[in-house]
Amino acid sequence: MRIGVVTFPGSLDDRDALRAVRIAGGTPVPLWHGDEDIKNVDAVVLPGGFSYGDYLRCGAIARFAPVMRTVTKLAGPPTQTSPGLPVLGICNGFQVLTESHLLPGALVRNEKQQFVCRDQKLRIERTSTSWTNGYGRNDEIVIPLKNGEGGFIADEATLDALEGEGQIVARYLDGNPNGSRRDIAGISNVSGTVVGLMPHPEHATEALYGPENGGTDGLAFFTSALQGVLSA
Amino acid sequence: MGRVVIDVMPKPEILDPQGKAVVGALARLGFAEFAGARQGKRFELEVEGEVDQAVLDRAREAAQTLLSNPVIEDVVAVRAASNQE
Repeated sequence: MRIGVVTFPGSLDDRDALRAVRIAGGTPVPLWHGDEDIKNVDAVVLPGGFSYGDYLRCGAIARFAPVMRTVTKLAGPPTQTSPGLPVLGICNGFQVLTESHLLPGALVRNEKQQFVCRDQKLRIERTSTSWTNGYGRNDEIVIPLKNGEGGFIADEATLDALEGEGQIVARYLDGNPNGSRRDIAGISNVSGTVVGLMPHPEHATEALYGPENGGTDGLAFFTSALQGVLSA
Repeated sequence: MGRVVIDVMPKPEILDPQGKAVVGALARLGFAEFAGARQGKRFELEVEGEVDQAVLDRAREAAQTLLSNPVIEDVVAVRAASNQE
């Protein structure tokens, strides 16, 4: 299973994501923002960082990168012949996914105007996605969170639709770090192929390198992708 | 050389942390008469030649495609810059 990780100018966590793919047992494939070719990968990770310096708005310029033309086309609404390319956007990658309209809503400046960096407890609420099928429903995990513009917002109708369709993948527990509406930490598209997540599972895939609870709670995001099937 | 000025503001219902910080600082400095502040963005696009209706239409398209995110922001003005600006 080949999982591509895109490097944009300003990506920081691309190496960690490639490493996480390898630790999970997949074949990591580096992808370049300036190439439309995504090298026949089976899934794509848009990593954390500050693409194009996050000038204009987070993820706004990256959305128009040549690689995103291909990713957006392949990940778009599922057709009868294809369920859509699985894409995981982490932090800045989540911002790129909302700017690309692959996911609804937007990420805005943290409510308290401060960059937050901490180990964050989450509840996994949707497991029928390409990236969370290895978790149990309502599993509680701890992975690192680090962002300045991580507040997920959408209008009430969109939030209700996300709840109604079961598209909320993860919610913050023990305190909302950035003012996200309804404590949302991650969402998916309807089919569950595209997932955006503000905290960083790729930083919690090896014992001793992640949070102190053992530090490998993020690994199942990457092993899930290797299953390749959506448990409905 | 013509210039188009585009103003983008956060939507009224969106919390604007920058504006909130600004109005707090204003109050601390004694500018107590200002009850609120919103902070937006101004873009200046330059074109060769005059700014005509076609240029303004393209600028509005650019504003809605790249310069603003309609989920969180409104394009509040797209206009030719006056000579004094």
